[in-house]
Amino acid sequence: MKKTVIKRASALTLAALMAGSALAGCQSGGGTSSAAGDATTAAAQSEAPKGNAANGKVYYLNFKPEQDAAWQNLAKKFTEEKGIPVTVKTAAEGTYEETLTAEMDKKEAPTLFQVNGPVGLKNWKDYCMDLANADITKQLTSQDFALKDGDKTLGVAYVIESYGIIYNKTLLQKYCDSDFATVKSIDEINSFEKLKTVADEIQANKDALGVKGAFTSAGMDASSDWRFKTHLANLPIYFEYKDEGIGTTDAIKGTYLDNYKNIWDLYITDSTCDKTELASKTGTDAETEFINGDAVFFQNGSWEYGAVTEGGLKDEDLGMLPIYIGVGDEAKQGLCTGTENYWCVNNNASDDDKAATLNFINWCVTSETGTAAMADEMGFVIPFQAAKDSTNVFVKIDKDLTAAGKTPVSWNFPTMPSEDWKNGVGTALTQYAAGTGDWDAVVKAFVDGWKTEAAKNA
Amino acid sequence: MFRKPRRKLYFLIFVLPTLAAFIIGFVYPFFHGIYLSFCNFKTTSNATFVGFDNYIAAFQNEGFIRSFWFTCLFVVTSVILINLIAFFVAYALTLGIRGSNIFRTVFFVPNLIGGIILGYIWQQIFNAILKNYSTNLELNATFGFWGLVILMCWQQAGYMMIIYIAGFQSVPADLYEAARIDGANKKQVLSNVTLPMMMPSITICTFLTLTNSFKLFDQNLALTNGAPGVVSESGTMIYQTEMMALNIYKTFYSNANSRGVGQAEGVIFFLIVVVIALAQLFLTRRKEVQA
Repeated sequence: MKKTVIKRASALTLAALMAGSALAGCQSGGGTSSAAGDATTAAAQSEAPKGNAANGKVYYLNFKPEQDAAWQNLAKKFTEEKGIPVTVKTAAEGTYEETLTAEMDKKEAPTLFQVNGPVGLKNWKDYCMDLANADITKQLTSQDFALKDGDKTLGVAYVIESYGIIYNKTLLQKYCDSDFATVKSIDEINSFEKLKTVADEIQANKDALGVKGAFTSAGMDASSDWRFKTHLANLPIYFEYKDEGIGTTDAIKGTYLDNYKNIWDLYITDSTCDKTELASKTGTDAETEFINGDAVFFQNGSWEYGAVTEGGLKDEDLGMLPIYIGVGDEAKQGLCTGTENYWCVNNNASDDDKAATLNFINWCVTSETGTAAMADEMGFVIPFQAAKDSTNVFVKIDKDLTAAGKTPVSWNFPTMPSEDWKNGVGTALTQYAAGTGDWDAVVKAFVDGWKTEAAKNA
Repeated sequence: MFRKPRRKLYFLIFVLPTLAAFIIGFVYPFFHGIYLSFCNFKTTSNATFVGFDNYIAAFQNEGFIRSFWFTCLFVVTSVILINLIAFFVAYALTLGIRGSNIFRTVFFVPNLIGGIILGYIWQQIFNAILKNYSTNLELNATFGFWGLVILMCWQQAGYMMIIYIAGFQSVPADLYEAARIDGANKKQVLSNVTLPMMMPSITICTFLTLTNSFKLFDQNLALTNGAPGVVSESGTMIYQTEMMALNIYKTFYSNANSRGVGQAEGVIFFLIVVVIALAQLFLTRRKEVQA
């Protein structure tokens, strides 16, 4: 008798436990529902906000964990100077969308947040204030850096970055001075043909040059695969958009995928390791190889400057080439320069808070304290007139190339339809490199995957 | 005279904190979640009603259907393996060999480590081994599947072992004695005495492993994160080692219109887990006997 009771009780407890945890499992964002209703009511207004900044407060949900301390610092200085409280919170790496979704549901929602471009904006455009008449928009060096939806300006880029093929100048010069070199000067490398010749010759004579390969390992571990599934994939997309005269599309044709294959083949063949090992190589592996002088070329961006200089390389050792894939007027091609970081102001915030937020971001990009912090502490190049010059070598190279009449390649990867699309291309690239898949799978993931994923966003 | 109402009052006072927590933490979100599964929404406080659209989209979601079959396969494999391992380890450790207490502790400890950490540790172990064959977990779904199974066995077997040990110890010695006097051999003792007497433990263990495996999320996220992903015939991205909970989570955040769909998948998932768990409970309970 007693046993039955215990059994029944334990079964009940178990059932409750199970139901409880199952529920917890399917609940993603249950919780407060305080702000119900007022989210959709306010249409984006284009006139300057009516509120009084002095009565408002700022809540910034920051995207970049590595800059958290710098933002906290800058926020403190702003509060000291203007008396407006600023809260900065940073989402953990890779969880910005999740954090933003949860935070936006709260009564004290972020007044300032960010989206990564047109695709990210689709998620949040109902929450973005029109910044067309805001002071910060007028400070932009080019209106290309404003994120528009129709005739509304819903986001403003706040950091500009460049990427390309970083090279070790000392090693590359050593190659140019060698007997076997066909290309006798670094300046001559201005096309895919030349780049391939140089890389092939370095690879063939790697012992003579004391390197392990021409390119650092093109690792396809999650810490490194974005360099290829996102950044390298930008090039065929850029040239296709240019041909078609468009800025985004629901169906990519894949006109230049053969060129994408050529550069990928070059990366994985003229490499420090066997192509079958790439699947598990990490971002740090490639970085270490470059810093140790085991490889001459390293595809990465201006954000990598800190890491390579801390690793011991000097400014004069470093250079950056555009990523040539054999399309268009290559002699005029510049670095890939753009942004995937746009500031948006929460349209559902009170007028006072909106005014305070606009005040804060404008101060960040115009005041001496703000621009200095963004340039020196965060290492950002900001697209605003009052920007302070950066000490970053790669940024200087981008400036010089543009001044020399080269056209920067724009960042079109924020128009990639989804993370799933990137992952599909990434897996196909990895399997192609490992020899377990063929190039057709990459093309399929690129073209068919785009269509399916873009349809989901419609 | 006033004894009875007073007891009622005490009852209310004592149950109130737990009840409040239960309502805030489970009941309200559960019903709100069901409501949201019929809505298109970005944040939970701002939803528009769309009827059954999300459910239709969920059933048309190739990845969701595939993750269901993958989960079933995983559940069957891991429930059998975990229980077999746990049962025989428990059996071995009740034979009275030296140091069995230390072994019990050793087998139990993995259960105390969080799923995410376990996932990353095992990922490194597997990848370090697979590196010698120039492949890794993210390239081959078969390795990913067995990786998950090994991880789960390692983590869960110890916990189930404790329950089985308790079961072994609760079998009365006189039953064994009676069986021996009747001339039963070891095999007969196991199948006619031990197993029937152990049915309550077996019920609990299969129940726990079944639901745990079905709802698996952390380990899946950390070990493979669904990789490899392959684009199917229709152009949809299909993650080969993605279980249902992970698929729901990923669907929820995948694009501008997918949150309601993810929510609907969550409700469907809940119903499946309830049905399977109740059915299992019903079937094994029938086999339990009273001493």
